[in-house]
Amino acid sequence: MVSQARDKVFEVLGTVMDPEIPTLSVLDLGMITNVHVSDDGVRVRLLPTFVSCPATSYIRANIKEALTRSGFVNPEVEMESELSWSSDRVTERGRELLQAFGLGAPVQIDGLLDLSTIESVACPHCGSANTEMRSMFGSTLCRSIHYCNDCRQGFERFKPL
Amino acid sequence: MNNAIKDLLFRLADDELVLGHRNSEWTGLGPILEEDIAFSSIAQDQIGHAVANYTLLHESAAADEPLPDAIAFGRNEKQFFSSQFTELPIGDYAFSLIRHFLFDHAEMLRYELLTASSFAPLAALARKIKGELKYHVLHADLWVSKLGQGTEESRARMQTALNEAWPYALGMFEPSDYEAELVTNGIFSGEEGLQESWLEVVAPIIEKAGLTIPQASEPKYGGRHGYHTEHLQPLLDEMTEVYRLDPAAIW
Repeated sequence: MVSQARDKVFEVLGTVMDPEIPTLSVLDLGMITNVHVSDDGVRVRLLPTFVSCPATSYIRANIKEALTRSGFVNPEVEMESELSWSSDRVTERGRELLQAFGLGAPVQIDGLLDLSTIESVACPHCGSANTEMRSMFGSTLCRSIHYCNDCRQGFERFKPL
Repeated sequence: MNNAIKDLLFRLADDELVLGHRNSEWTGLGPILEEDIAFSSIAQDQIGHAVANYTLLHESAAADEPLPDAIAFGRNEKQFFSSQFTELPIGDYAFSLIRHFLFDHAEMLRYELLTASSFAPLAALARKIKGELKYHVLHADLWVSKLGQGTEESRARMQTALNEAWPYALGMFEPSDYEAELVTNGIFSGEEGLQESWLEVVAPIIEKAGLTIPQASEPKYGGRHGYHTEHLQPLLDEMTEVYRLDPAAIW
């Protein structure tokens, strides 16, 4: 029973999207650190991405609502404060979805964030690596602005962190 | 409750809130669109970091501290422990940029030290914030270097801004009354060491940009003990206008 319920929780979490990138779920973004199912109910731990991201409280409320809608009674969504989120937590599927959405994907940083990892990104439109950064800050906290020298289009990129 | 930790959190959060508010004054007025966005994003980060620190104050440091909004908006200037540097008006873009450069390097080093803090909730927060600050310092370094080595006018404006900012920047490291206690208990390794590491980081960047650090500046102390310039109270009046009308307003 418990394992079935657990599968169901993951299924539901896969439908809770980032309000700013509506094709990516909280699972794709690596925002879930623990799912606990017992006779007492469901407890999910949510890891916020950027500290100042205004979407975090919406995402938390949306998870609660989606679980409640699927029949879980009083699901708990706790904020994970011990761990730090990194863009390395975005899944392979998440990276593909980002590109399909028109955003450059973050490179793997393994704890080392420098100017070259921030600047280098493949164009989400044509795949070219011949791109340049226009601004480290974009329309949301998690995006930077780039330009592709091959297909000559501007694009945004999900920042490595 | 441990007054040393409380004092440390107030310093961190008040700096972030006040400078975050100042930086947000560039929204809609930036010299180019990208810089408008950059200063607005940095402001958003800073205010979020302030909220995180006020939340720590409320939740784990001081049982008698109210909710973050009440801490942020319910105090007058004497109860603010931000450095005077953060409350100065935005000035021209050169001044705001130099302040962003000097402040964010100090902030980055401060949080790096705090990742080892014996106060675990702050150490965890410092690990989160550190990566975000990397963007701030890289952004600042890029523009300091570009404008220091730009035209004669850009260099002159940057040097003037640096001369004005420097004594206030030194004021960021005003010692706390709890310095010894913070060090002994492994909470924070102290302002003096931080100032030394900060100087080691910023000096070569300033020099490479063709600018000169002003000699023999007296640090502008006072802010960490509630003594401020004439610029803070008007800022607080503006920032708290809605809260004073309706403390429970939601939007």
